[in-house]
Amino acid sequence: MTIAGRAATVTFERVTKSFGDVVAVQEIDLTIEAGCLVTLLGPSGCGKTTTLRLIAGLEMPTSGRILIGDEDVTRLPVTQRDVSMVFQSYALFPHMTVLENVAYGLVVSGRPKAEAHAAAEEGLEQVGLSGFGKRLPSELSGGQQQRVAVARALVLEPQVLLFDEPLSNLDAKLRRRVREEIRELQQSLGLTTVYVTHDQEEALAVSDRIIVMRNAMIAQEGSPRDLYDTPADRFVADFIGDANLVHAEIAGLEGDDAVVRVGGLELRLPSRGLKPGGAELAIRPEAIALAAGSADGAIPGTVTKATYLGNHVEYMVQSAVGELFVVDGRVDAPIAAGTEVSVTLARRGVTLVPE
Amino acid sequence: MTRVIGLWLALGAVGYAILPWYAIEDGFWSFLWLVDGWPQDRDYAPAIVQITAHGRVWLAPLLLFLAAPLAVIRRERGDRVLAATLIAAGAGGLGWLLLQGFAIGIRGWEFATFEALFGPLGDRQFGMGYGALVLAACFLFLVTQGLAARGAVNGDGFVVGAIGLVIALVTAFILFPVSRILVSALRDNDGALAPGLFLDKITDRTIWGIDCLYGALSCGAAWNSLILALLTGAGTTLLGLAFALIATRTRFRAKRLLRVLTVLPIITPPFVIGLSVILLFGRSGAVSQFLDWSLGIEPTRWIYGLPGIWFAQMLAFTPIAFLVLIGVVEGVSPSMEEAAQTLRADAWKTFTTVSLPLMRPGLANAFLIGFIESMADFGNPLVLGGNFDVLSTEIFFAIVGAQHDQGRAAVLALVLLTFTLSAFFAQRRWLGRRSYATMTGKGDAGIPVALPSRLNWLVYGTALPWALLTAIIYCMIMFGGFVEIWGRDHSFTLRHYAEAFSITTGAGGLVWSGAAWNSFWTTITIATVAAPLTAAIGLLTAYVLVRQRFAGKDAFEFGTMLSFAIPGTVIGVSYILAFNVPPIELTGTGAILVLCFIFRNMPVGVRAGIAAMSQIDSSLDEASLTLGAGSFATVRRVVLPLLRPAIVAALVFSFVRAMTAISAVIFLVSANYDMATSYIIGRVENGDYGLAISYSSILILVMLAAISLVQLTVGQRRVFRGAEGSPAPGAARGVA
Repeated sequence: MTIAGRAATVTFERVTKSFGDVVAVQEIDLTIEAGCLVTLLGPSGCGKTTTLRLIAGLEMPTSGRILIGDEDVTRLPVTQRDVSMVFQSYALFPHMTVLENVAYGLVVSGRPKAEAHAAAEEGLEQVGLSGFGKRLPSELSGGQQQRVAVARALVLEPQVLLFDEPLSNLDAKLRRRVREEIRELQQSLGLTTVYVTHDQEEALAVSDRIIVMRNAMIAQEGSPRDLYDTPADRFVADFIGDANLVHAEIAGLEGDDAVVRVGGLELRLPSRGLKPGGAELAIRPEAIALAAGSADGAIPGTVTKATYLGNHVEYMVQSAVGELFVVDGRVDAPIAAGTEVSVTLARRGVTLVPE
Repeated sequence: MTRVIGLWLALGAVGYAILPWYAIEDGFWSFLWLVDGWPQDRDYAPAIVQITAHGRVWLAPLLLFLAAPLAVIRRERGDRVLAATLIAAGAGGLGWLLLQGFAIGIRGWEFATFEALFGPLGDRQFGMGYGALVLAACFLFLVTQGLAARGAVNGDGFVVGAIGLVIALVTAFILFPVSRILVSALRDNDGALAPGLFLDKITDRTIWGIDCLYGALSCGAAWNSLILALLTGAGTTLLGLAFALIATRTRFRAKRLLRVLTVLPIITPPFVIGLSVILLFGRSGAVSQFLDWSLGIEPTRWIYGLPGIWFAQMLAFTPIAFLVLIGVVEGVSPSMEEAAQTLRADAWKTFTTVSLPLMRPGLANAFLIGFIESMADFGNPLVLGGNFDVLSTEIFFAIVGAQHDQGRAAVLALVLLTFTLSAFFAQRRWLGRRSYATMTGKGDAGIPVALPSRLNWLVYGTALPWALLTAIIYCMIMFGGFVEIWGRDHSFTLRHYAEAFSITTGAGGLVWSGAAWNSFWTTITIATVAAPLTAAIGLLTAYVLVRQRFAGKDAFEFGTMLSFAIPGTVIGVSYILAFNVPPIELTGTGAILVLCFIFRNMPVGVRAGIAAMSQIDSSLDEASLTLGAGSFATVRRVVLPLLRPAIVAALVFSFVRAMTAISAVIFLVSANYDMATSYIIGRVENGDYGLAISYSSILILVMLAAISLVQLTVGQRRVFRGAEGSPAPGAARGVA
């Protein structure tokens, strides 16, 4: 027996969940395509975990409809949904062995014990833990526990696999490795996966699509690249990667492009539907180039702080358009604090942000 | 879903058509009826035969409610009609069951309106039996299944059923009996409504009189109880604080011994303290005799009355205050005190301006618990009361004494209930959950600041002599049983033990000829039956409270905790008033004792369960649910195994409390079912101290053995790193 994915889509139709007066999820519409890994990303309290628990059936929506595949599961209790979940704390049952943990879902759904254990062995092998079945969860390292939790969810061959911040209890190095493993497993099995995290780098690394949430609503959704290059608003621009938000002026429109003036520079950028007048510009820190001394066609500024970080240098620059945060990969000739500099902008990494 | 409904309907049908409808006179476990005329006999017939053969037509509509769900059983779950039908049928059935139960009394119609409508009945009500019980359960779970089908608690039938069951039980065995007190208080002894008489009784001189302020007479029982409770609350709080400070803030070497103190109130029947106080300070007490011999001070009866009761209650309840306060004192973060010291406060200033204010909620809590305990205490006032009447004993004498005035007992119970409930409400409103929060907080780094030296001496000076006194008292209990006649003839004897616990060999082998065996085995049996039931319902309630969200949860929690605040005497009176007559006829049976223990001790199980369950992360349940296990399977496979220590703790505490209880029990015992405590009290009243004391010490030893056994088994459970919970500290705290 091998574990196969039976991927299904997940659809939310105007789903609202409130706890008393507090609205945790407000009239959300979303579709998660079969076989995709979609990340719910946002600051704490934005409603991303509630959204995940709504898919699982651990919460019932106050209003709206939830579909998995073509089936309306809105009122279906958690037990009867074909969904499994990897918890932030892993939630391994401390009184059962690793094998019993992984076989649990199969046993309670009535499979013969031998068959369930064989499938569980299979699942453990899939995550590289064959031979660990007899141990108690407490006898495994954090990373191993995490993989047991994944195996336990996988062996049920769910239509949708859910991850609730699965890496937050691991140290930084392990986190990177485990997230690659999760991504590989998901792709090789073709699972529909919903992944909750508050770490934007993690989201960028694993996702087919990212849904950024704020205040119980979806702020923006799109591919990692869409989100980074064309954030929908200041919040997304600031949340995905770092961004300097600078006030600029749209002087005119030329086709789809806008002529933008900022601190004496003139740029041609996609207008993104904005009209001439004042506008907000998001500038990625790596899109700013600094040169010592003053130059024509550049914004004058002064370095107020320079921090050496091994593979790059971070600067704070006081300039005519405000304080700028700059990341510079040239570590050989750092610019000392107090130096007068000229600031220029690259073509990429600068975008107009709709208000 | 429909399978579960079908199952309940089938059970309901069995209850209606097969099992005897009315209670069997020979007892719940007697099955003689099977061969004694069932199913035709009038006493044993099931409902359906009662209607056809014996003309009890009022049972017929029940069939309608039982059959109604059959029409919709094929429908999908989540179907509105299914849900509505189930709820209507279940509620209607329950309603009709209650209506016929209460409308028909032991003398025909209860209400004149029915008499006028239907004419005289010519029949009477009997206690409900197996059939009625099963059918009532069937209707109850039809309602909960209907509510679940409508989406209550995420549509979880098991959880809704559990909530429904607990609510039904608490209503039947706490709220209903207590409400009967109110009804009885408003009626005269013939059952007629008499508000005037009620006013007379409640303003009676023996309750509210203040003669003691200016005359030689004593004050009313209400004032006496109040004064005693205030004194005891204040005294136990101060002493408890002294002990708590010693245990946590000094270098006292025998701290572990102090912890032993905390076990004492759990295993000591409350009146035993009073008894040993008599052995020390009574007219023939050891201390009195010594003073007479050495200084020529004539022994008097000063110990009988307020001083004696207060003294005994202080001894009995200080450990409880200690138990509450040690958590509070430990909860005061050392870093707060260190902060105060770095801000130039000396030890005394730190204590008075930082530590003490932080303990304030805990002190208030301890005071209120002492207050409630003192109010509810029955054993010590009974033994030491003299002419000092308090409410709890007055209630007893109103029922069993020459007065035999149930109305007066009800009125007194009402006054007592008002006092304790006010204290209970004050505790909850005023303190909320604040006092608990300090106990559970994570330990801050830092070393507790040593006490200022004046306080240090004060604390030692009060606590250590008191501890010594406690030790002496327990020595008295252990050795008092071995002397001939206390105070007169101190020669060693085993006479009392022999009288109580002798075993002789007779014609039929061993004969348990000792006087105490009967009550001893009854006590053990009843406690053994009650303990698992108490633990089960307590833990089920705890599970629902900790893990589920539902409308009305606060009220639910309040209801389950309420019996903490209801003094045992009040429960005892209320059970007599409520269960002496049909439809629930229980007096004189063992069942009433078991039920009384279950609902008196339920809060202990609930607290133990809550404490343990809060330590198990709820993601474990959720993981089990997402893996396809239903709520019931989750409880069985995940929650229960992890709760094992709490289960054991709840079992033991309910067992032990059932053995030490006296206040409610004394109303409910009967010739067939006499309990150890009430037997001992009887001996004390006859002045037979030797036997009483020896029996008490045997009880204490049995309970000590039970507790140690549990400590051993709990210690041996499968150990795992990380998720190990401490064995239900809340259980010990739940003594009230």
